[in-house]
Amino acid sequence: MSTLAAPHSTTVPARRDAAVEVKALRKTFRRRDRSAGRFAKRPWTALDDVTFTIGRGECVAILGQNGSGKSTLVRLLSTLLINDGGEARIFGHDAFREEHTIRTLVNRVSVEASFFKKMSADENLSYAARFYNMTPRQTKAAIPEILAKVGFPLERRGDAMEHLSRGMQQKVALARALLTSPVLLLLDEPTTGLDPRSKLEVQEFIREVRREHDVTILLCTHDMSEAEALADRIGLLDRGRLLFLEPVEDVKRRFGVDTLEEAFFAATGRSYEDDEDRGVIGR
Amino acid sequence: MSSYVLTFRNNLVGLAGIVERNVYLTKRYLLWDLAFMVWTIANTLTIVFIARVANLPPAQENRLATELLVGAVIWAFLGIIFEFVTETVAWERWEGTIEYTFMAPISRTMHLFGMAAYAVLYGMIRATILFFAVIAFIGIHVPDANFGAALALLAIASLSFMGIGIMTSVLPLISPEKGAQLGFIAQGLMLVVSGVYYPVSVMPEWMQWISKVSPATYVLRGDRHAIVSGAGMAWGDVWPMLVIAVVATPLGLAIFHRGERYAKRHGKLKRSG
Repeated sequence: MSTLAAPHSTTVPARRDAAVEVKALRKTFRRRDRSAGRFAKRPWTALDDVTFTIGRGECVAILGQNGSGKSTLVRLLSTLLINDGGEARIFGHDAFREEHTIRTLVNRVSVEASFFKKMSADENLSYAARFYNMTPRQTKAAIPEILAKVGFPLERRGDAMEHLSRGMQQKVALARALLTSPVLLLLDEPTTGLDPRSKLEVQEFIREVRREHDVTILLCTHDMSEAEALADRIGLLDRGRLLFLEPVEDVKRRFGVDTLEEAFFAATGRSYEDDEDRGVIGR
Repeated sequence: MSSYVLTFRNNLVGLAGIVERNVYLTKRYLLWDLAFMVWTIANTLTIVFIARVANLPPAQENRLATELLVGAVIWAFLGIIFEFVTETVAWERWEGTIEYTFMAPISRTMHLFGMAAYAVLYGMIRATILFFAVIAFIGIHVPDANFGAALALLAIASLSFMGIGIMTSVLPLISPEKGAQLGFIAQGLMLVVSGVYYPVSVMPEWMQWISKVSPATYVLRGDRHAIVSGAGMAWGDVWPMLVIAVVATPLGLAIFHRGERYAKRHGKLKRSG
């Protein structure tokens, strides 16, 4: 086990072996509908009766197009949205009624690095760690350690985030999530926009985290090869509905195909490449 | 350590984190802060010089200049508290960090108090520089000033302003586009009715009634007496501010809580800009 564990992870013990239990989860937004009038809105279902379970220590990838509901799912599990129906439990804790407990268990890496742009990596991590009860004495040693682990050049840790490359920013985002030792890590397009080398480094680090920490990972991505390389099971979210969630080989067997692209076509009737060309696949 | 003490200790560490972050940001935007400081001093001078055109005897001119200066300095101080707290959500939304802050295990009370604590610290430093810079430039004399009473009144007023600021900070949460603008309107209304540069008695009666619910009215009156005449704290100025603080802070937190639930239900906790 690494020395990076934050104090909170021992104060809120996991209650069950199932890390995530989602049952009939539903979320609807209201969107402007100009065609129906200036102020008219229409309901738009982002998640429609989604049900799945993730075991403790498992890595599950959810594939889906832009607008398929992947980010909504991540936001619901990280207490940033309130559900319209169904339920979600994280280590037995209700995600919508035990928000504070959930927040100590979960952290997230999103497609946008989301930092104070004028502040350095050191300062952003230091500030974020305080929310997770880490004192300056603890972060003084832990921040360089975690930055070195994600392959971030330590001589750049005093530079403002706005002067760092996209790849470096994403490494700091990973470091921020792992600094607080979450037991559930939500990765929402973590390698989107990275150059191939940075992408491989981030993927290798995710594998290392799985090896060294007792962490469960929900990876939302549009990159099928990344999902195949990292996840134990792969799910497909299409227009808010989870079409399947199985090991890769079972998915291929179920549709009688050789690749995930073909499975996507078989499940949705649309070509993955076509959707990607039209900018439908999440970026 | 009992769980309550541990929770409180953890929240204090989080509160310190908010203050720490704002210190980092102030360091990073130091040149902007210097520019704003120069602008504020220049703006205050334009107000205080008005005392010179009244052609009053020197003692009365000094008194008028001091009263205008106290108004400008207190408004600058309270404006900083109000803006820091009101724009808590708007800043984070602009920087793109709002989701990370709202999914962190810190209570919203400590989050908002952390913003207010830094605002008081930062506002106090700026107000002190402003006060003495203008005094030195114009040559105002305040031999009888009771700075202790003035500062104590300012501290009590800060509590009231925190509460009102928390109430208005919910606006950018429920309306990302228009919320910050509404916050400015609220601040502007308070500026008009509180007698920052003139006694509230010169306003129409209906405005005088509104001035009674603005904490700025009482701190301006009390601090003018303290700086010009060396008066101590008057209970008549203290109790209205305490009442406003006691009512506005929990009310502000309750409103913010409702606003946060609304934002989470309608998906408004997103970055913009």
